[in-house]
Amino acid sequence: MNTIIHSTALARGLQGSSRPLRTLAAAAATFTVLAVAGLCVPAWLTYLVTIAAGNALVSLGIVALMRGGVVSFGQGMFFAAGGYGAALLFNQAGWTDALALAAAGGVLAVALALPFAPLLARYRGIFFATLTLALSMVAYGVLMKWPELGGSDGFTVGRPTLLGQRLDGPEGAYRLFLLTVALAAAIGFLARIYFASSTGLVTLAARDNELRVEYLGASVRRLIGANFLIAAFFGGVGGALVVLSLGHVEPAFSYWTVSGEFVFIAVLAGYRSVPAVFIASFLLEIVRSFSSAYFPNTWQLALGLFLLLVIRFLPQGIGSLWTREAR
Amino acid sequence: MDGLLTLLIDGLNYASWLFIVSLGLTLVFGVLKILNIAHGSFYALGAYAAASFVGWAAGMQWSPWMSLAAMLLAAVAVAAVVAPITERGLLRFFYGRDEVLLVLVTYALFLVMEDVTKLIWGANPYFVTEPYGLFGNVDFGVLSYVGYDFALWGLAVAAGLAAWWALNRTRQGKIVLAVIHSPEVASSMGVRVSRVYTIAFGAGVFLAALAGAFTAPMISVQPGLSVSVVVLSFAVVIIGGLGSIEGAAIGALLVGLARSAAVHLAPAAELFVIYAVMAGVLVFRPEGLFQRIQARKI
Amino acid sequence: MQEAILEARGIAKRFGAVVAASDINVKIGPGERVGLIGSNGAGKTTFVNMITGYLKPDEGQIKLAGTDITRLAPRAINMLGVKRSFQIPQLFGDLSVLENMLVALACRDGQGNFLRSARDPLRVEHADGLLRRFRLQEHRRRRVSELPGGVRKLLDIAMALTARPKLLLLDEPTSAVAADEKFQMMDTIMSALAEDPETPVLFVEHDMDIIGRHATRVIAFYSGRIIADDAPAAVLAQDDVRRYVTGEISGE
Repeated sequence: MNTIIHSTALARGLQGSSRPLRTLAAAAATFTVLAVAGLCVPAWLTYLVTIAAGNALVSLGIVALMRGGVVSFGQGMFFAAGGYGAALLFNQAGWTDALALAAAGGVLAVALALPFAPLLARYRGIFFATLTLALSMVAYGVLMKWPELGGSDGFTVGRPTLLGQRLDGPEGAYRLFLLTVALAAAIGFLARIYFASSTGLVTLAARDNELRVEYLGASVRRLIGANFLIAAFFGGVGGALVVLSLGHVEPAFSYWTVSGEFVFIAVLAGYRSVPAVFIASFLLEIVRSFSSAYFPNTWQLALGLFLLLVIRFLPQGIGSLWTREAR
Repeated sequence: MDGLLTLLIDGLNYASWLFIVSLGLTLVFGVLKILNIAHGSFYALGAYAAASFVGWAAGMQWSPWMSLAAMLLAAVAVAAVVAPITERGLLRFFYGRDEVLLVLVTYALFLVMEDVTKLIWGANPYFVTEPYGLFGNVDFGVLSYVGYDFALWGLAVAAGLAAWWALNRTRQGKIVLAVIHSPEVASSMGVRVSRVYTIAFGAGVFLAALAGAFTAPMISVQPGLSVSVVVLSFAVVIIGGLGSIEGAAIGALLVGLARSAAVHLAPAAELFVIYAVMAGVLVFRPEGLFQRIQARKI
Repeated sequence: MQEAILEARGIAKRFGAVVAASDINVKIGPGERVGLIGSNGAGKTTFVNMITGYLKPDEGQIKLAGTDITRLAPRAINMLGVKRSFQIPQLFGDLSVLENMLVALACRDGQGNFLRSARDPLRVEHADGLLRRFRLQEHRRRRVSELPGGVRKLLDIAMALTARPKLLLLDEPTSAVAADEKFQMMDTIMSALAEDPETPVLFVEHDMDIIGRHATRVIAFYSGRIIADDAPAAVLAQDDVRRYVTGEISGE
């Protein structure tokens, strides 16, 4: 009897453990497809995907928090932290490697988030949203008046290197695209693993019924705090990557409307599917580009209407179109 | 001494502007429990409408004092057109849902209205300068101020008193107070809660548009007006306490004086001091200085 | 007698002028099935809330297996082994029955869960075992918000059992269940609990037939005081209990 129970458990376990392998395969496949596609499509499209992937990482952080039931209106702060961090390390400390800069951006953002995490973890609903908003606006105000950081104009960043080679010209742009997409795929994969982990499941439960989670012995405060740090890391990496592609960093990255766009992507995507976040970010960039080219005063209108439709008819985001219970 | 006087006057100027701007936001939250990001858009609409109305009044060769009436009319027009569409046509489908969800809905509305405003009035700035000179200049020794700024104080006080009086001393106001405290109980006593919501939201839009209309002569009316106003009014309302008129007044005074102090004494702090105070209040007294609702803190 | 699992001494609690608990002295040993009876407001729920740490007594001391838990936070008391179910089931409506159990197991295992899969096979096995004990395995994959009241109550109790409790408190386990289902439900619960005979169970209950059938001991509350504490037959025969709890003697 026991052997039957143990062997079925083992069999089920093998099936369960194939999920991370499947996710890894999916991430690798996506990267490969995009890498090949990047060679065939025009440069503006690969640039657009680069920016979209970076932005998606920032929104992935909001998704991590949304799974726990709170919405952050201050991700712009970590986006800016990563961007400024990478830019400063490039200009002042002579760091040129893009991968190192991206990682540093993430770490710096987490360092910024650390003192605030225990504080924020005690708030929910509107108060969490407005406190994150306030903090990001404080960051904006500080950055605007900081002459050494370029004040309201910010400053420019040169082209980084990767594996020793300078990323110049169209080839360099393609390599930066590859790096961004690779990092995005890697982080997306890790996020999926995290979301499917025990902590990920308890986070979802906390969104549903915080009281019961506490009565089962877990600390929701610690959960939200941890998710806040994770969101900061994602935001910082995304910010660094975007700034490296943009070649420029400015205080406006911490402004509330930028945070609002990241929230838009997260709400559009929903919290059930990691790929949905990247797709949503890509959609935003496409709409933004086409609208400013052809219908200059309508892209926000389109976004707003789209957001209303999603909230009303697809409240779990576009990710809910293809996920069942898989989280 | 002069420096202190300047600081105070600037602070009070800014405070009275902030109060008019934020009054509608706090009222709408108090009654409908909606933290309305589109509040800034209504403000901008008021400014644009005022630009148009004052322009027509000037074109009609009316007395410059009529421009004041034009601005008031602009605010009324905005409220009359936009409020019912927004409240009946959009917001009411989301009543009772999560507060943050409603914030997202108003954010979507803000995005829409940004472009709608641009589509109607274009992207070029408008200047509504006629009314600004109406009250001449006021001199304090070496300091010279535009009288219009002080007139704004009067408007702030009038709006605040009117709102307070309407809420606390009229029968309809008491009904609104009942709805604020418990929509279910009010409804079971025969109050048409949906009508109260519509009227309260209309009042909120009117006040936002009023603020925009009367601010128009002081600025260039152009795209992007709404964006900074949103966060400023959020700050005032959070500091004072969501849903409280007195709170909005105190919040406006605090923010106005704090910013003035920063501008005159520590210019580097000018932009962030407001939000630092907002964050500070959220940390130490999240329900604001005049408690109306409980902070959801675990 | 073996050492008491739960010991409450001299417990008192007031809410303004209302005496919610007065001079409560209780000792619960291993294996006991204790029914808590009393009309609404008599003090049963206050007692339960003080044991779980949700309320703090004004006077007195509560000990769990020798440890003073009087002033501890609810989470700490929970970690020490006091588990409860809820009168209105506290579940995770958006998740499936299995996932609800997995959440309970994950919480039990504490932090450091970052990389351990939510569907860890050992945990799934444990969860399925509990679901089987409570006859819930057919609902394994169903969303909790879609389930009927009786199933939700059973799940609520099953979740409380995920970490071997030292003491189990059931708050009105058969309330909000159709009258003809009550007995079967209590039978299911009690036979599921029979696999842990050492764990004492306190259950708040209004139905005297269920009390008579399943309780080894009954504590009756009235006006914040304990008016009876004995075997079921003895308690239910007492005049005070018949007057103030079961209503067989019209009160005066």
